[in-house]
Amino acid sequence: MAKANMQKTKTPMTELDPAYRATCFEEVAGGYTLEEAVNEAQRCIHCKNHPCVDGCPVGVPIPSFLKELGEGNVGAAYAIVKDANALPAICGRVCPQESQCEGKCTRGRNGEPVGIGRLERFVADWALANPEEAAAAQQAYAEQTGADVAADDFDYTGKKVAIVGSGPAGLTCAGELAKRGVQVRVFEALHEVGGVLVYGIPEFRLPKALVKQEVSAIEGMGVEFEPNAVVGKLYDVEELMGEMGYDAVFVGTGAGLPSYLGIEGEALNGVCVANELLTRVNLMKAFKFPEYATPVYAGKKCVVVGGGNVAMDAARTAKRLGADVTIVYRRGRDEMPARAEEIHHAEEEGIHFQLLTNPVRAFGNDEGWITGLECVRMELGEPDASGRRRPVAVEGSEFTIDIDMLVISVGSRTNPLIAQTTPGLESTKWNTLVTDEETGATSVPGVFAGGDVSTGAATVILAMGAGKRAAAGILGYLRK
Amino acid sequence: MYPILETEALNAEVTRMVIEAPAIARKIKPGQFVMLRIDETGERIPLTMNGADPEAGTVTIIFQAVGASTMQLAKMKAGEALLDVVGPLGKPTELEGVKRACVIGGGLGCAIAYPQAKWLHDHGCQVDVIVGFRNKDLIILEDEFCACSDKLTIMTDDGSNGNKGVVTAPLQEQLEAGERYDVVLAIGPVIMMKFVALTTKPYDIKTFVSMNPLMIDGTGMCGGCRVKVGDEYMHACVDGPDFDGHLVDFDDAMRRGVMYRSFEQRAKDIAEGRDCAEAVAAAQKEGE
Repeated sequence: MAKANMQKTKTPMTELDPAYRATCFEEVAGGYTLEEAVNEAQRCIHCKNHPCVDGCPVGVPIPSFLKELGEGNVGAAYAIVKDANALPAICGRVCPQESQCEGKCTRGRNGEPVGIGRLERFVADWALANPEEAAAAQQAYAEQTGADVAADDFDYTGKKVAIVGSGPAGLTCAGELAKRGVQVRVFEALHEVGGVLVYGIPEFRLPKALVKQEVSAIEGMGVEFEPNAVVGKLYDVEELMGEMGYDAVFVGTGAGLPSYLGIEGEALNGVCVANELLTRVNLMKAFKFPEYATPVYAGKKCVVVGGGNVAMDAARTAKRLGADVTIVYRRGRDEMPARAEEIHHAEEEGIHFQLLTNPVRAFGNDEGWITGLECVRMELGEPDASGRRRPVAVEGSEFTIDIDMLVISVGSRTNPLIAQTTPGLESTKWNTLVTDEETGATSVPGVFAGGDVSTGAATVILAMGAGKRAAAGILGYLRK
Repeated sequence: MYPILETEALNAEVTRMVIEAPAIARKIKPGQFVMLRIDETGERIPLTMNGADPEAGTVTIIFQAVGASTMQLAKMKAGEALLDVVGPLGKPTELEGVKRACVIGGGLGCAIAYPQAKWLHDHGCQVDVIVGFRNKDLIILEDEFCACSDKLTIMTDDGSNGNKGVVTAPLQEQLEAGERYDVVLAIGPVIMMKFVALTTKPYDIKTFVSMNPLMIDGTGMCGGCRVKVGDEYMHACVDGPDFDGHLVDFDDAMRRGVMYRSFEQRAKDIAEGRDCAEAVAAAQKEGE
């Protein structure tokens, strides 16, 4: 093998200028050229234990794809990634690589880890731009690794599986099952397929055209999609498995129920939860109002409460709508659950941070519009159950921020609809479904679940990992 | 695509539309709603069902052309199709076991009040119907209400039908005369529902109101449709749209209801060709 490129830092990737990008919804990160990608792939030293693979929830054979890419074989590299990961163009952009594959990369011990996410994005984008060559590469890879399919020679023809929810868990599960010849139909409540990928994650981080392309690739595998189908209302799970003739059902309905702060003034006009702001802008394209019929309110001075990725997305969205944005978060920077890169991007775009600060109540004017937010300073006390130090209010430290927009981004809970309408389906007191960790099986035979609906709000890639495991669980169930 | 099978103008502002949506038609019940999107740039418009025919596979909606989107919808004809229709959403009205009911509709709310009255009537309930309109030209569904009520009272704001007054006046009379309904259903403008609830409160009569707040996804995800009920905020799309009228904070609902008024006005101005900036842009585009 050729000697590795010992460059200590990642090959830089172009990004839009912060001042410019804060005014529009264009994608921030530019992606690699072929030359840059090959250079970066060659930074992999192909260490013996490849800890990166263990860090990947869907088990992409990272060193193998980096080897091919390092030799300039983009097609072969793509085929390896795609075989393990149904949505590489998406994961390359939104995965928290720093705490997964890249977090475990041996190169990271002395310098920066290999830019695995950027390279995954590169091969996926190449495939979207060169569909025929990509298909040929996948074909060649399938022939070369034929043993994989032979290991499971069960004939799944005629088996039908219903997938509820078309987010990352459902899409992954659908793709895995379709690969084995299972007839799959995906039911989506909204009018657009993709779940959080279309209503939640903003265009500037994940272009929607790209989600469409990844979805049509899954459609190309024979998966059918039925939008506007709220399972639990239009059909219920019993019906799917009864008169509609499905042999199994996978529930991947996500965490689609907002949490509130529970403070006074939370329902004033000008206040919304992040889900509302993001749904208006991402799903309904309200940033193009009046060309698109759905409007979105944006104030001049906005506070976003929360420290997760959704809070960063909401803050950067409000900024692009013209607001001066401050993030208010009750713990410190190190405790923020958002990816370092998202925090960094938000900062670059001029978003202010009030850390160790907690909202106490919101004030409004006579017409019921928000005018201010009273906050209190916090200090970190003893660690709580999550291991993070618990924030405690500093007495007498109250102060007020004048605002005309407040976005609440303090997490999402699970929508109880499926649990309520499926007899015997066991759920926790947080409404998450109880599942077998290995197979995704629920308390109802033939019903599987995975992603946020069973774990509570987490990441795209963890949901995909759960979708993949459940697909294996479903295949096992179908073989019986 | 969801084909439009029939349209009918019920008055100058209100249209009845029959849509082909077999799966929804099989499931939807009085009080539940659908959301529809006309085309790719359209918003999700929530409309409570007026009727459904499971055998024909159709859902009927009645809507008033009040904003840009409903004005666009009113222009659509039989033979055309809607891009998206999703439903049934929300919870059905709790009508089971009611023996004596008063159904009250205000304006367009009558379109939603009708299936409730009909369901109750068809299930052996004695039904009084009180409906109110601005004037006699806006009266809709008179024959339909007549056929499914034991007593029908039609009020007009201007008295042009010979019966001037608000819907709470005949309700008050009935209650004072000793009438004790099992349930009163009120569907119409928020202010009307507020006063119906105030009227029935002293008599402690169960009163359901159908809330129609701003709504975006309709599946409980975004919290846009929050309605204050008692001490808590509930989501009209999944917890409603019917709520206990004695617990709803109507003033809060009215305040929240106007949050997007300036946007709605702008969209309407553009739709009616009154927006100068848009008109200039359109003219420039034409000139190019």
